[in-house]
Amino acid sequence: MVKKAPLLNEDFGIGGVTTRVRPHAMGDDLHTDTMVLNLGPAHPATHGTARVSAEISGEKIINADVEVGYLHRGFEKMCETVDYNQVIPYTDRLNYVSPLINNVGWALTVEKLLGVEVPKRCQYIRVVMSEISRVCDHLTCLGASAMELGAFSAFLYLVQAREYLWDLIEEVTGARLTISYTRVGGVKEDLPKDFDEKMKAAFAGVRKHLLACDGLLSRNRIFMDRMCDVAIVTRDEAISYGLAGPIARASGIDYDVRKAFPYSSYQDFEFEVPLGTKGDNYDRFYVRMVEVEQSLRICEQAMAKIPQGPISIRDPHIVLEPKEEVYKSIDGMINHFELVIKGVQPPAGEVYMLVEGGNGELGFFLVSDGTGKPYKVHVRAPSYIHMGIMKKMLIGNSIADVVPIFGMINMIGGECDR
Amino acid sequence: MFLIKVTRLNQHEFSIFRGCRCTVSVSNIENLSELIKTKLAGMQISLSVEFDHLVLTINKKDHQVIFSALKNDQDLGFNYLVSITAIDWLDKKDLRFEVVYHLMNLKTLYRLRVKVAVPEEDPTIDTVLPHWAAADYLESETWDMYGINFRGNPDVRRMLMYPEFEGHPLRKDYPVQGKQPRVPMRYPEVRNTALDMIRSPLVQITNKKKLESRA
Repeated sequence: MVKKAPLLNEDFGIGGVTTRVRPHAMGDDLHTDTMVLNLGPAHPATHGTARVSAEISGEKIINADVEVGYLHRGFEKMCETVDYNQVIPYTDRLNYVSPLINNVGWALTVEKLLGVEVPKRCQYIRVVMSEISRVCDHLTCLGASAMELGAFSAFLYLVQAREYLWDLIEEVTGARLTISYTRVGGVKEDLPKDFDEKMKAAFAGVRKHLLACDGLLSRNRIFMDRMCDVAIVTRDEAISYGLAGPIARASGIDYDVRKAFPYSSYQDFEFEVPLGTKGDNYDRFYVRMVEVEQSLRICEQAMAKIPQGPISIRDPHIVLEPKEEVYKSIDGMINHFELVIKGVQPPAGEVYMLVEGGNGELGFFLVSDGTGKPYKVHVRAPSYIHMGIMKKMLIGNSIADVVPIFGMINMIGGECDR
Repeated sequence: MFLIKVTRLNQHEFSIFRGCRCTVSVSNIENLSELIKTKLAGMQISLSVEFDHLVLTINKKDHQVIFSALKNDQDLGFNYLVSITAIDWLDKKDLRFEVVYHLMNLKTLYRLRVKVAVPEEDPTIDTVLPHWAAADYLESETWDMYGINFRGNPDVRRMLMYPEFEGHPLRKDYPVQGKQPRVPMRYPEVRNTALDMIRSPLVQITNKKKLESRA
């Protein structure tokens, strides 16, 4: 195939912003030329490395080119070289704002291939941790977008709210950002004893700060003027471009993986899925606001009826034996060595498993050839697919809208570029 | 709670839906399987179920007809393209690559995996861009990673790798720690203006006591 140069790539320059005047066809003396403005890849407002070359006429963007891939580090190739449990630390680095959802997604994929189901307590723990992660994801997105529109105090409130949750996550998993909490067939450790009380205290803090930000932003005249009716995505466009998650729901698509294809006992919980009506930036913002509250609700329900029991399946070919067995019995030691050296050995086959990530449907397509390492892994990364519509959203809007549009797409470099 | 208000400001209304719609069940897959058999009668297809997922394997020559039927048929109505990728079966020389499409119908929540085998000598397949706009990025990625050509897609380019990259990294014969040749300077005619900046001379830090004694 002929290598086609990107549309506006001839304007690549050195330094932050390069401009070049393109002579207008009419050639009259009035300044009617269009100009190419290059934003990124290391622009402070593009939290993530993506480049936008916008052809502008005055303030208005008349054509744009979006380039991703600056953070590509070969996730899928790396997965082919390690065993199934060793992939879990790599999944942390996909969507690093909500790493637990990626962990859960990968563990569920391998478990589906193995044909096992984890105990109920483990499923509930995974739900709680996924939802806390989702809240962190939404809070980061909302806070960063608010900051980029000048509302710095809202950013501080929301990051403080996220801090409560990160403390909670640290309590459970021992890490704040790259967590690697799940294992194939279970989770690493049980919840601490006083988790319920600490969670309630943290959620009270989150709710307090969220309420403050709702007051600061949701009906703020300046904020609404910037967000309302900007970059409208209709329902049909959203379907055609394959959008999922909060962005798709802002356009009125009633699709949520947790409702449509419940995994890990999501059918046990009562929660609502907010839908926008217009599909503009404000809807995308507000859907996330509402979803935070729903996620907190799910966590509280899960903690109210979490059953006692084991946190992982007892199969020595899938999960490591408890340490007492390893040190005290010969069988336990053999099983431990077998599993560490050979890894989990699922049957040959192809499996697709989907979970609701922070940005939408996160899917893992896994091909196994029956050995201890995956033959092929493909990640259906929502951020990558959402970047496909960005060009369409930009055209017709002004330069100042680039940043809020990009913020509401919530592109996470690690997930987009893998 | 404070946030759940169905009606907000005049122009912004939110609807909220609750309850489960539909889950993947055996009957769901059977229904879809029967539907596809009747709709695609006369085509060379094979259907199988793998891990609760219906898999449709088709021939390369029927690609356009079948995809347009899957998208445009009223009962099938696969309006949502989930993902496109490929599998490299290095041992199968005649049909080395398998392009894998995941489709979904948002109304009935039917899910389908379509697989098309393409040979190594001519890894070309028709684009599905007219049916789903999401195919643009996904086909670009598949070309970038596997070297599958998508006939009819005007803007297939290196999405994740850089334009000068040689080879296709997810192919099984691409080494895990492969080295790439160095990229020559892309725009040598563009002058680096940073070099023209005049450096201010370094400020000499003199001894404080000396200064005082001089004074």
